[in-house]
Amino acid sequence: MSRLTVPKTYKLYIGGKFPRTESGRSIAIENQKSEIVAHICHGSRKDFRNAVESAHKAFDSWSGITGYLRGQILYRMAEMLEGRKEEFAAAIQVTQPVTNAVARKEVDASVDRLVTFAGWTDKYQQVIGCANPVAGSYYNFTIPQPQGVVVAIAPQSPSLLGLITCIGAPICSGNTVVALGSEVHPITTAIFGEVCQTSDVPAGVINLLTGKNKELLEHIATHRQVAGLYVANPTKKNRTLLEEGSADSMKRVHCVAFDESDWYDNAVTASPWEIEPFVEMKTIWHPSAC
Amino acid sequence: MTTKAQELSGWEYSLAPETTKIDIEQKNKLFIQGKFVSPKSRSWFSTINPATEEKLADVACAGKADVESAVTAAKKALPKWSRLSGSQRAKYLYRIARRIQERSRELAILETMDGGKPIKESRDVDLPLVAQHFFYYAGWADKMQYAFPGANIEPVGVCAQIIPWNFPLMMAAWKLAPALACGNTCILKPAETTSLTALRLAEIMQEVGLPEGVVNILTGAGETGKLLAEHKSVNKVAFTGSTAVGKSLMRSTAGTGKKLTLELGGKSANIIFADAAIDQAVEGIVSGIYFNQGHVCCAGSRLFVEEPILDEVVSKLTHRLRSLRVGNPLDKNTDLGAINSQEQLDTVERYIRNGTEEGAQLHEIHSERLPSKGYWCSPCFFTDVQPSHTIAREEIFGPVLSVMTFRTPQEAISRANNSPYGLAAGIWTNKGSKIFEVAKKLDAGVVWCNTYNKFDAASPFGGFKESGFGREGGMQGLRPYVRLQNQSRRAK
Repeated sequence: MSRLTVPKTYKLYIGGKFPRTESGRSIAIENQKSEIVAHICHGSRKDFRNAVESAHKAFDSWSGITGYLRGQILYRMAEMLEGRKEEFAAAIQVTQPVTNAVARKEVDASVDRLVTFAGWTDKYQQVIGCANPVAGSYYNFTIPQPQGVVVAIAPQSPSLLGLITCIGAPICSGNTVVALGSEVHPITTAIFGEVCQTSDVPAGVINLLTGKNKELLEHIATHRQVAGLYVANPTKKNRTLLEEGSADSMKRVHCVAFDESDWYDNAVTASPWEIEPFVEMKTIWHPSAC
Repeated sequence: MTTKAQELSGWEYSLAPETTKIDIEQKNKLFIQGKFVSPKSRSWFSTINPATEEKLADVACAGKADVESAVTAAKKALPKWSRLSGSQRAKYLYRIARRIQERSRELAILETMDGGKPIKESRDVDLPLVAQHFFYYAGWADKMQYAFPGANIEPVGVCAQIIPWNFPLMMAAWKLAPALACGNTCILKPAETTSLTALRLAEIMQEVGLPEGVVNILTGAGETGKLLAEHKSVNKVAFTGSTAVGKSLMRSTAGTGKKLTLELGGKSANIIFADAAIDQAVEGIVSGIYFNQGHVCCAGSRLFVEEPILDEVVSKLTHRLRSLRVGNPLDKNTDLGAINSQEQLDTVERYIRNGTEEGAQLHEIHSERLPSKGYWCSPCFFTDVQPSHTIAREEIFGPVLSVMTFRTPQEAISRANNSPYGLAAGIWTNKGSKIFEVAKKLDAGVVWCNTYNKFDAASPFGGFKESGFGREGGMQGLRPYVRLQNQSRRAK
């Protein structure tokens, strides 16, 4: 008799822990032969609120450390993902009819994307900030600062690369993130927390939810502790819902419309102009005199 | 020889009114497609001098059909203007800047007559900054690729720009200059009470030969602004004003793909540490809250004083307040002019009553009698203010200061940040490392250290949190007026 395997229980990743959804709900995941191969957490509003709370708690320390240190931690994430390439390629293939080579290509690009953002942590400030030559004897400069908790709504596909891009852009400047993974290809999201957990990312900096986005959108938009949104490829209806709901707490909403090849292009998705939507520009004046 | 009495009371000032006469058109029309036209709405409203309550002129109130004409004109002018080379656009902006300098005296006087601000501010602060803004952005028009490295830059399109009454021409410049430099066309909607100088700016646009339709100016009230912002051919809405209106614009533009920037209210903290140069700090408090009668979105309206120096600061502030001169805005010695409107005066007075009712201690110095006609408010401050008091939380937009205390830098930071707003802040201390640490931790888009209320075209201005988003001024001030696409994406 062949050995009975031990399948993984897929969970959420909140505040550095792997809880099941408090709602006790799960969603069956079918492979391409319509066989149920896994159950992932069907996250709830309460899970979302818990995740925001964790992200909020983590913000002061994550935004307070140096860009150099954030860079090392992001680079460590890339190292950890590199070491688990096969597992992630297999996770991609569970729900997507792609060859191993195609899945590996997505994982490779995801590792490289983390390396790109690791590099930006102590450089984007020099590209989008500046010293200002005011007409007076003042020293005046403009520096970018992170906004706070950013909710990232990842694209359906590519599920891993898209997720990492939506997380990488806000966290490299010191924001903390609650990410909603791909609904149709959720397994990569469900295991990405293990990479975070093993790569010195402080608890709460990255929180990962799986489930049905539709249930959460309105609550995401109106949650007062959320400062910004990174929304990948929203429908017009969802974009309207999110932007309208964001008005009262004046969230910064960044909607992108990237096609499959855009996600692979560092110059499109990992440029400083994709980091800029999640920072606030602060201008500091001081007189110069003896 | 100085008598004892003179020494005690100080010298009396002689009157020093600005004497230049300004001709004011009695019927001020709309500026559409390069021409002054009567409103299709056939509706007019009167604008008054808030210092005398005398009517200055009638101003057109743009209705739906007028908005339609202006948007059509801006849309028509867009292709040619946006394709014009940057250096050509730059030269139009340089011309505008020069004409503003040449007409600055007339513009300053009119600004003061229509809005009530002291002539020394409109002459020495507003107008120089207006000209500088056009000069500064003129120079960017042919250098955009250096502001956005790696990106393909395109103008946004037709811009609806709605501005407030506190710095009428300056706000017009902040909106128009970067928009035009980036190749957009504009419809500017000045505030109802301060339309006249914007229309002089329209004359300047004619004088310099700016192509027709590139700038259109629609006077009117809130409804005109709403029609404009909601027009489907508008690609960009830029608004400076109240947070409530800012939020409603977020709702009305949701899902439309319109680009939005908001510069909204504030309740900015001015923090005085015990090791500060106190006399300079007191000057900073005064310019922070009493500049332009406190009609300043970044006014330092919450003063946080380190506990040991509270008595000294209050005593010096009281002394300084006695020497502030309130009255005829056209007098060159006037420090505080008229409150912009009856409506705003009612608001400020309501807050002052409210402060007293909630238990704060009002300090009002009646150093001189206020004129019998016009809208006036003596500069004042409150002590014994609790963070929960209305006057410590809400934007008053008048010469009213709330004084509170703190014991540690951490307390100052957390109390300063305990506000939905995040526009500006002031820090006064002689310790450099403390300045940078506190400046870093304050939720504010502008932090003035050992100074306050300084502005410059090269310096970005704008808020965190509910004070809005987007920056005006500086390189970052270009960002709201461009769409960026990556070059490799563009190539596809």
